[in-house]
Amino acid sequence: MAYSLKEQLSKEERFVGGHRLCAGCGAGIAVRAVLRALEPEDKAVITNATGCLEVSSFLYPYTAYKDSYIHCAFENAAATCGGVEAAYNVLKKKGKIQDNFKFITFGGDGGTYDIGFQSLSGAMERGHDMVYVCYDNEAYMNTGIQRSSSTPRFADATTTPVGKASYGKKQNKKNLTEILAAHNIPYAAQTTFLGNFRDLHEKAHKAIYTPGACFLNVMAPCPRGWRFQAQDMAQICRLAVDTCVWPLYEVVEGEWHLTYMPSKKLPVEEFMVKQGRFKHCFKPGNEWMIEEAQKYVDDQWEKLLAKCK
Amino acid sequence: MSIRERLSGNEAVAYAMKQINPDVMGAFPITPSTEIPQYFAQYVANGEVDTEFVTVESEHSSMSTCIGAAAAGARAVTATSSCGLALMWELLYVASSSRLPITLALVTRALTGPININNDHSDAMGARDAGWIQIFAENNQEAYDNYIQAMPISENPEVRLPIMVCQDGFITSHAVENIELEEDALVKEFVGEYNPEHYLLKHENPLAVGPYGVSPYYMEAKKAQAEAMKRAKEVILEVGKKFGDATGRYYGFFETYQMEDAETAVVLIGSSAGTARATVDKLRAQGRKVGMLKLRVFRPFPFDEIAEALSGCKAVAILDKAESFSAAGGPLFAETRSALYDLENRPKAINYVYGLGGRDFRVEDCTYIFDQLDEIVETGKTGEVYRHIGQRE
Repeated sequence: MAYSLKEQLSKEERFVGGHRLCAGCGAGIAVRAVLRALEPEDKAVITNATGCLEVSSFLYPYTAYKDSYIHCAFENAAATCGGVEAAYNVLKKKGKIQDNFKFITFGGDGGTYDIGFQSLSGAMERGHDMVYVCYDNEAYMNTGIQRSSSTPRFADATTTPVGKASYGKKQNKKNLTEILAAHNIPYAAQTTFLGNFRDLHEKAHKAIYTPGACFLNVMAPCPRGWRFQAQDMAQICRLAVDTCVWPLYEVVEGEWHLTYMPSKKLPVEEFMVKQGRFKHCFKPGNEWMIEEAQKYVDDQWEKLLAKCK
Repeated sequence: MSIRERLSGNEAVAYAMKQINPDVMGAFPITPSTEIPQYFAQYVANGEVDTEFVTVESEHSSMSTCIGAAAAGARAVTATSSCGLALMWELLYVASSSRLPITLALVTRALTGPININNDHSDAMGARDAGWIQIFAENNQEAYDNYIQAMPISENPEVRLPIMVCQDGFITSHAVENIELEEDALVKEFVGEYNPEHYLLKHENPLAVGPYGVSPYYMEAKKAQAEAMKRAKEVILEVGKKFGDATGRYYGFFETYQMEDAETAVVLIGSSAGTARATVDKLRAQGRKVGMLKLRVFRPFPFDEIAEALSGCKAVAILDKAESFSAAGGPLFAETRSALYDLENRPKAINYVYGLGGRDFRVEDCTYIFDQLDEIVETGKTGEVYRHIGQRE
């Protein structure tokens, strides 16, 4: 059946309003969109790493989730989800439960790229039937915009502030989706909020319904951390993919596929100029920053194209 | 009918696990507890258990696995030692505050700094405020018996707290001794099925676990844990009595040895009780009125009962197999002396830190301690209360 956003939006919400995420927060958009990909007859257990999403969506005694949900700690969401899945397998085998459950974990880039990386790698290697979704907003937003290994080079973060002796973050962004693909899991993909959300929806559906451990990396911009107006969210996401800063692709059983080819590859500065975190890059004398950023994106893009058939 | 066998402490615990057939085990090897998941893996490989055996990449993930599994409605177990327990530290609190009755077989070992693989209680004592029930064994028989009692205690709806079943690394875990095992049917019936009221995979309604507990709710959650720990006392005694009725081996909070008329006594935990018992026998033969109190249950701490048991003594030495660097004594000392405070005529109390990192504790050492107690009784002067024994100066 052809994808229709209107139809998808008519489904009962599994992540409901009333949570305390900031207006325009990418995390909430990501969670709603991923959970829409669940078939309505399937149950789910959501696991969540500590972070913005967790502290805003499950404040005792209120939960924003229609499904069962568990938060354990910051660095162990994947292992916790693996434990839930292990329990499901044995209880199902023993005939103690009949329902079909899907297991979905959400973590920010802090809980995924950094502190939860070991736990994630272990769970993926063990092959639990689960999907780990990273909502990547490129810094530790919950504690106040500190740099992560996902923060791009030159970004002004509170632990990589711009100053007389600093141009922002020194290191390039870690390529986590590639690292996860190197675990030889059946499905790994990158997506973001684009147009009618078809790309995200289809990838989420594949990730949820492909048996085994799957990984979905969702660029989920943070208006406060990136310093842009919340109403520009769609434009920021569009620019991220059209500049090839955040290419959309999937790795299915080891085969790399580009799922979006920009009709015209835009210069990276068009993405950067919209965000306060890169403001200093546009000062006279700092042209080299934009050149270096462009060079890095071009280099990564060429490598990705070579992998995709 | 019990079965007479010869097993190490690790084998005994793994065997009890097999008889119980838990739903999920998350495990990562660390000396000296490694053998427990190893033996268990063989039971899994042989098809002797139905357990989902999750071979995680760290102890952090083994406790996380147990938390996820227990929240989902499964009976979850793990085993570890020393740094493995230290790596779980944050999650121990998550398990207890989420009221998940996970069973952890702890094979006690020194904590690193410097690295040392031998026995003391610094790992268990480091976790004493984590909200877990902690039960200690002197030997392989007690390790086995305590393990079988663990789930009926921790899963009791009045308790619902995780439990640590502790035995001494190498001394108990690796020494092969005679043991009486119980029939599978008896163990299965004694332990029963785990049927929680609320769990993630419940058909009727979803559940949310692990909330952000804001200030108006956090303290209520902690108070509820504290109340559950108080209620655990009664349940521990009930289960110990029921176990005794089924097997002939009865258990309480502690064991007293020659305490009826004892004027001096040592208080300790674990395998060194054998040494203390031999010392008591030797000194009793010389006509000295000495005794021993071997603590089995450290959390919840049996304050009133310990005070009562020691109330007839003139002087007691409390032995800690762990340092707490308070500059005033170890953890067992601090709590036991606090328990004595309410007695009308309380005995004088001193502390000996002993046996760290596998340092031997000999009858000579224990005799020396009793000699020191006699001196305190004679002179009426306690002197330095915080002492160490067995180290080179």
